[in-house]
Amino acid sequence: MKAGKTTGGPGGFGAFINREQVAGYVFILPFIIGLVCFTIIPIIISLCLSFTKYDILSAPVFTGLSNYVRMFTQDPTFWKSFRVTLFYAVVSVPLKLIMALFVAVLFYRGTRLTAFYRAVYYLPSIMGSSVAVAVLWKRLFAVDGVINSLLAFFGIDSQIGWLSRPDTAIWTLIVLSVWQFGSSMLVFLGGLKQIPVSLYEAATVDGCSRPKQFFSITLPMLTPVIFFNLIQQTINAFTAFTQSYIITNGKPLDSTLFYSVYMYRRSFEFSEMGYGAAMAWFMLFVVSVLTALIFKSSNSWVYRASE
Amino acid sequence: MDTTQRTSAVTVPKSQRLSYRTRKTIGRVLYHIFVILIGFVMIYPLIWMVASSFKPPNEIFNNAKSLIPNEFVTYNYPNGWKGFAGYSFSNFFKNSFVISGIATLGSLISSPFIAFGFARLRFKGKKLWFSMMLLTMMLPFQIIMIPQYIIYHNLGWVGTILPLVIPNFFGGAFFIFLIIQFIDGIPRELDEAAKIDGCSWYGIYTRIILPLIVPAIVTCGIFSFMWKWDDFLASLLYLNAPRQYTVSIALKMFSDPNSGSDWGSMFAMATLSILPIMLIFIFCQKYLVEGISTEGLKG
Repeated sequence: MKAGKTTGGPGGFGAFINREQVAGYVFILPFIIGLVCFTIIPIIISLCLSFTKYDILSAPVFTGLSNYVRMFTQDPTFWKSFRVTLFYAVVSVPLKLIMALFVAVLFYRGTRLTAFYRAVYYLPSIMGSSVAVAVLWKRLFAVDGVINSLLAFFGIDSQIGWLSRPDTAIWTLIVLSVWQFGSSMLVFLGGLKQIPVSLYEAATVDGCSRPKQFFSITLPMLTPVIFFNLIQQTINAFTAFTQSYIITNGKPLDSTLFYSVYMYRRSFEFSEMGYGAAMAWFMLFVVSVLTALIFKSSNSWVYRASE
Repeated sequence: MDTTQRTSAVTVPKSQRLSYRTRKTIGRVLYHIFVILIGFVMIYPLIWMVASSFKPPNEIFNNAKSLIPNEFVTYNYPNGWKGFAGYSFSNFFKNSFVISGIATLGSLISSPFIAFGFARLRFKGKKLWFSMMLLTMMLPFQIIMIPQYIIYHNLGWVGTILPLVIPNFFGGAFFIFLIIQFIDGIPRELDEAAKIDGCSWYGIYTRIILPLIVPAIVTCGIFSFMWKWDDFLASLLYLNAPRQYTVSIALKMFSDPNSGSDWGSMFAMATLSILPIMLIFIFCQKYLVEGISTEGLKG
């Protein structure tokens, strides 16, 4: 059972390439190349660009901090898009996670039908980010759309143009996000199965009620999984693009203008690459701060088995 | 729990025991009704979309909420399939399949290879590279979107499918991570035995590990395909001629008010666009669920 590449004899190239130190790098080489070319170099370029004015056709002109100054002090749309995205993230992420947790607990004690239910609840998650669903959403919430028609069926005469009112439009996007709680639900279900049954048995013997068991066993044991979900969903929410771009395109009155959509507009529709890069860096900053905050707070609420 | 039930069965009078049983049945029925109701709300929009693709266009408005078309028609499909700008949906579907296929192939060649290096070999700097990989998993695409675009622009790749597929040949962090988890579950004794038999690291990878991680690779393949299929932003950036459009971009263009908004055809094409994902979902559910659960737990 001689492998192909070790034919170089002792001390030859074959032996060299098979040394653990060398082979390790051979295996991860594609990753390193990819990381350098498609991530590290772009990040550095992005930082440099953020200090320039650049429209891709002519050479970049160094303008110092002017992009940042303009962003923070002269561009109300920038702040508007930031607030919209923050609101979207702060509202939709907790709602989605609560929903996911609630349903995961419902499905924990499996009946024969549970696998089927689980599939049905998970379905929107894998379709949710598609353009098909975005287009569908437009039709659901139109004035003569499905939601109003359903409301009429229940005797509520609603002529609301959900997508054309600044106070309701963002909620259609939040509903779309919460609707896709399926993948978080699966993660929670996986977490629930890891909790030792003996804990519940002990609690039952001690006369602990079901709701109390949930708050003193299930919830604490699940915190690592909740923590993971929280970070991932927050980043997702902060970088959401397709929904806003297709369903509302930021309208009405920029009330659904997501940060990424505004960044896309500035960079590719107005060809202000330098400004776009500055926005990208601010996004990286915000996402890092949010992640750091969640990490930092985790000490006080995330259960660690080793302690 | 078992003991408490047994004692209560002995001591509680018969009439009360029955009522306990009925209560339990009622509870179970309520549970199922509740779950089915929410489930119905969950998939209502999707069923509605499919139903609407079989309605005459005016019925989509007049009979908006209904899930059963009054008049069942199929002409939305051939109408929609004609596409726009002289390109039919067969062209757009072909593009989507080519891009998703090549990208997935790329991920599946590179990711297991890289994962093996991280999972089994000890070398200097491994920790550093590994944490870099975890970081890229959290790095939003938008951060590098602009400079990447500029790089591809200078390489002359904008307007080709290269930016959409080439990066996949250098491994995806999500997939590498998932496969590492899987390899960790394979006993190291297998490697050691092969090594004693004179197998090189490359031999161990191709002959021992690769055949054993096929399920993980299938999971990665499914996710890779689905994500590429649904991808919108990157395709929007790099594909500018209608000839090159993927199904996602074509649907978006199709839905723009200036292309006439024929909702019937629109929903027919939207339904077809989610069909591949739907089929994957039906036939590969096991792999999907496993992928999400492992990734979530170890994260």
